[in-house]
Amino acid sequence: MSVQTTDYTASEIRSPASFLANRVFIYGALIFWAFICLFPIYWTITTSFKTAVDVTQGHLIPFVDFQPDWKGWRSLGLSPDSIFQTSTVREEFLKRFMNSVITSVGASSLAIVIGSLAAYGLTRYRYHFAWFKNEDISFFFLSQLILPPVVLALPFLVLYREVGLLDTRVGLILLYTLMVLPIVIWIMRDQFNSIPVELEEAALVDGLSIWGAFFRIVMPIALPGMVAAFILAMVLCWNEYFFAALLTSTDAKTIPVMVASQTGSQGINWWSMAALATAAIAPLAVIGIALERYLIMGMTAGAVK
Amino acid sequence: MAVATLGLLAVIALQILYKSDVDAIGFETWRPVVYAYVLWGVALGVGQVLTRGEDGQRALFLLPALLFTIAMVIFPTLFGFYIALTDWNLSSFSGRKFNGLDNFWQMLADPYYRNALFNMVLYVLAVFVEYVIAFGLALLLNAQIRARKFFRVVFLMPLMLSPVAVSWMIGKSLMEYRFGPAATLARTLGWENPAFFSDPITARISIMVLDAWTFIPFMMIMLLAGLQAMSREVLEAARVDGATAWQTFWQVTFPLMLPVSVTAVILRIIFKLKLADIIITVTSGGPGGATDSVSSFIYREYRDRSNVGYGTMLAMAYLVIIVVFVTWLLKFANRFVRNVN
Repeated sequence: MSVQTTDYTASEIRSPASFLANRVFIYGALIFWAFICLFPIYWTITTSFKTAVDVTQGHLIPFVDFQPDWKGWRSLGLSPDSIFQTSTVREEFLKRFMNSVITSVGASSLAIVIGSLAAYGLTRYRYHFAWFKNEDISFFFLSQLILPPVVLALPFLVLYREVGLLDTRVGLILLYTLMVLPIVIWIMRDQFNSIPVELEEAALVDGLSIWGAFFRIVMPIALPGMVAAFILAMVLCWNEYFFAALLTSTDAKTIPVMVASQTGSQGINWWSMAALATAAIAPLAVIGIALERYLIMGMTAGAVK
Repeated sequence: MAVATLGLLAVIALQILYKSDVDAIGFETWRPVVYAYVLWGVALGVGQVLTRGEDGQRALFLLPALLFTIAMVIFPTLFGFYIALTDWNLSSFSGRKFNGLDNFWQMLADPYYRNALFNMVLYVLAVFVEYVIAFGLALLLNAQIRARKFFRVVFLMPLMLSPVAVSWMIGKSLMEYRFGPAATLARTLGWENPAFFSDPITARISIMVLDAWTFIPFMMIMLLAGLQAMSREVLEAARVDGATAWQTFWQVTFPLMLPVSVTAVILRIIFKLKLADIIITVTSGGPGGATDSVSSFIYREYRDRSNVGYGTMLAMAYLVIIVVFVTWLLKFANRFVRNVN
C-alpha cells in the first residue's frame, strides 16, 4: 500500500502540537463518517429485535435499553423457534429471494459472456460494418449507459405482454443483461487492453486458432477482471427496483419489490420490516466485505489512465 | 443463411397477417418471432464462419452482443416512439388510437412534468456537493492512517445496499417523525418540528441526502484511485519548495485530479438522471409532486392511470433532453479539461 503524505507540510512536521491536531482531525472525521455509514445498518438490525414499545421510545442499545426479542424474525418464519414450522411468509420470502438470486446471477453471467467476447473483439480486431468502425461500435455499446430505464420500461411492458415474457424471470434476465452490458464491456475492454498482444501472437504461431487462443491464453489472464465485472453486475441487478416493479407481479417478483410493497398498507410493522430489510441487504453486505478488492477494481477500471 | 433470413421474414409476415385478422394460421403470441430472431442470429454466425473463414471467426466475437443490443434497444425505442403518438390506456377497452401530436401538446402544458424536470436540475446540481464530500473522504482515506482497509470497507458499504431497503431504513424509519433517531437528534439540535417530508423544500433536500448517502462511495472510490495513481515526486517537490498544505492541494493535487474528477462527476450525473426508486418508495413524489423525478413521475403515470401512450411520450421527450444534455456535457468537459491543463 502506497503511503502518501499529502497532509503534512514542513512547518507542521516541526511542531508536535499541530501534528497532533492534524491527527485528531483526521481520525475524528473518519470515525464520524464511519458512524454515518454504519448507524442506519445498526439501527435496522437492532430494530428487527425490538418490540413495539422499544421502537416508539427510540431505544438504541440492546440489553441495556431493551431486551432483544425474536419478534421480527418470527414474523418472517426465520427465528430459531419458528424455523421448523411451516410458514407462508417464509415461503414467500424464500421464493422472492430465489428470484433475485436467479435473475441477478443469470443476467450477470450472460452479460459477462457476450460482453467479454465483444470487448475482446473490439480491442484486438478492426471491424467495419457498413460505415461503422470500432470506435463507433464501442460508443454504441457505452452509450447505452445513459439510456434511463424509464425510456425502455413502457415499450417493454407492452412488448413482453405480446411475447409472453411479462412476469417471468427470463424477461427480467434479458433486461438486466442489457442494463449491465455497457459496464461489463467498459471493464473488460480495459482488462484486455492491459494484456500484451504478443502472448496471443505466440499462441497463434504455435497453431492455436483465434478462439483457442482466446479461451486457453487470454481468458485465464483476464479472469480477475471478469470476476470484478461479474460482482459489480451482480450488485446492480440485485438492487434493481424499477424494471422489477413494473414488469413482475406474482411469479417473478424480486426482493426489492417485496420490501417496497410491505411499507404501504396496514401501518408499518417495524420489527418485521426491519428483519426483511436486514435479510435483503445481508447478502450484499457480505459480498461487499469479502470481495471489496474486486469491487474497487471494477469501479476504477478505465478511470485512471 | 439466406434460408434463415427468409424464414425470419416469413414468420414475421405471417404473424403480422394473423394479428391483423387477414389469415387464420399463426401463433397465439409473438414469442415465435423471438425464437426466429435467435435462430436467425445463430445462422448468421455460422454463415459468417463458413463463408469468410478467419474473418468470420473474428466477427463472431462481436456478433452476440451486437445482435442482443440491437434487438433489446433499437426496436423497443422505435416502438416507443410509435406508442408515444397514440392515445393508449391499458385499463380502457378502446385500445390503441393514433392521435398524432396530441400527447406532445398535452406534455407542454403539464405543470407536473415541468416540475419534475426542474427537480432533475436540482438533483443534478446536488452532485457537486456530493463531489466535494467524496473528495474530502478520498483525501482522508489517502492520508497516512491506520486501519485504512477497515475504513474503506465501511465507507463503501452504503453503495452495496439496495436503494429500496435504504429508503426504508433511513427514509421511513430513521427519519420517522415521532421517534426516529434522526428526528430526535434534530429536536435536540433545536429544530422543533422535524418533519423531513412534508415541506417541499425540506423533502427535496431529504431525498438528496438519501441518494447522496448511497452514491457518495462511488465517486469516493474513483477519486481515491486517482489520488493513489498520482506520482509522489510532484508532491515532494511542492513540499520542498515550501508550499503549505492548502497551496499544495489547490495548485498540485486538484489540477492533477481534474480528469478523474470529471469522469467521476459525469458518470455520477448519468446515474443521477435515472433516479427513481428512492422517490417512489419514500415519498411517491409527494408532497404534491414536489420531490418527483422524471422517472418516478412517469412510473406513477403508468401505475395509477395505466396511461401508456402519454407516459411513453414523456419518457421519449426525456430521452431527447438527456441525449442533448449529455452530449453537451461531454463536449464541455473535454474543453474544460483541455483549457485547464
